[in-house]
Amino acid sequence: MALDQSFVGRSYPPTDPYEVGREKIREFAEAVGDTNPAYADTEAAKALGHPDVIAPPTFVFAITFKAAGQVIEDPQLGLDYSRVVHGDQKFAYTRPVRAGDRLTVTSTIEAIKSMAGNDILDIRGEVHDEAGEHVVTAWTKLVARAAETVAEGA
Amino acid sequence: MTAKIAYGDVEVGTELPAQSFPVTRATLVQYAGASGDFNPIHWNEKFAREVGLPDVIAHGMFTMAEAIRVVTDWVGDPGAVVEYGVRFTKPVIVPNDDKGATIEVSAKVAAVLDDNRVRVDLLAKSGDQKVLGMSRAVVQLA
Repeated sequence: MALDQSFVGRSYPPTDPYEVGREKIREFAEAVGDTNPAYADTEAAKALGHPDVIAPPTFVFAITFKAAGQVIEDPQLGLDYSRVVHGDQKFAYTRPVRAGDRLTVTSTIEAIKSMAGNDILDIRGEVHDEAGEHVVTAWTKLVARAAETVAEGA
Repeated sequence: MTAKIAYGDVEVGTELPAQSFPVTRATLVQYAGASGDFNPIHWNEKFAREVGLPDVIAHGMFTMAEAIRVVTDWVGDPGAVVEYGVRFTKPVIVPNDDKGATIEVSAKVAAVLDDNRVRVDLLAKSGDQKVLGMSRAVVQLA
């Protein structure tokens, strides 16, 4: 059954702050095999003009996707998560995420579409730091496949 | 921010150094731990086949993280990436052997923008399959 269009534009309350740890950044950079010193060496990050080590560009997804759980698990929306694949992902950064950031995410349902039995859900996550300054916006497109199609996404 | 590439040194068509990124089952387990994405389609072959996949597949976000390394290695400062978006078109299938899979990434400057920014278009393939579509980054150059 197609998702209810009246949810378009709905925003969920900001999440509790997520504190970005330097060891978590290091762990993530190691997991993707990225040896850029800006992720692990404070002095190297400062030489590039950053106040502390920064996180790789896609690091913040773990935070915004967890926040998107408010939408995904909203019983009123009724998304069948067992059929969901990740369609598109986009980030727009005001500045990189860095160690010591305390980040909150406000998730909004930007669009709901139904195509060939698939439900397509666009969620925008606005990420702010403790001072209320914008850090990054993440757009996540989720596709809940029609029951009979074969999984293809990631 | 301190990009090591100067805006004046690039033009539409400038190619970035291409790279190949290996991915094995061990890589996926490590990424699952670091990212918190423990979906069993990324580590449990039996589960993956039961939901209609040919085998375990890489996290789409892992592929996205590898592809942008072509840009961040080129520009030096990862903080110079101001926009980055992809479409997940095909999964990277990761067999349970000593080789795993390889993600091949190439990139070129597709547009020169205002304020010392350029748009870089990325091509990510695994085997003969294009695994990311509409893969684009906007980068702030020196």
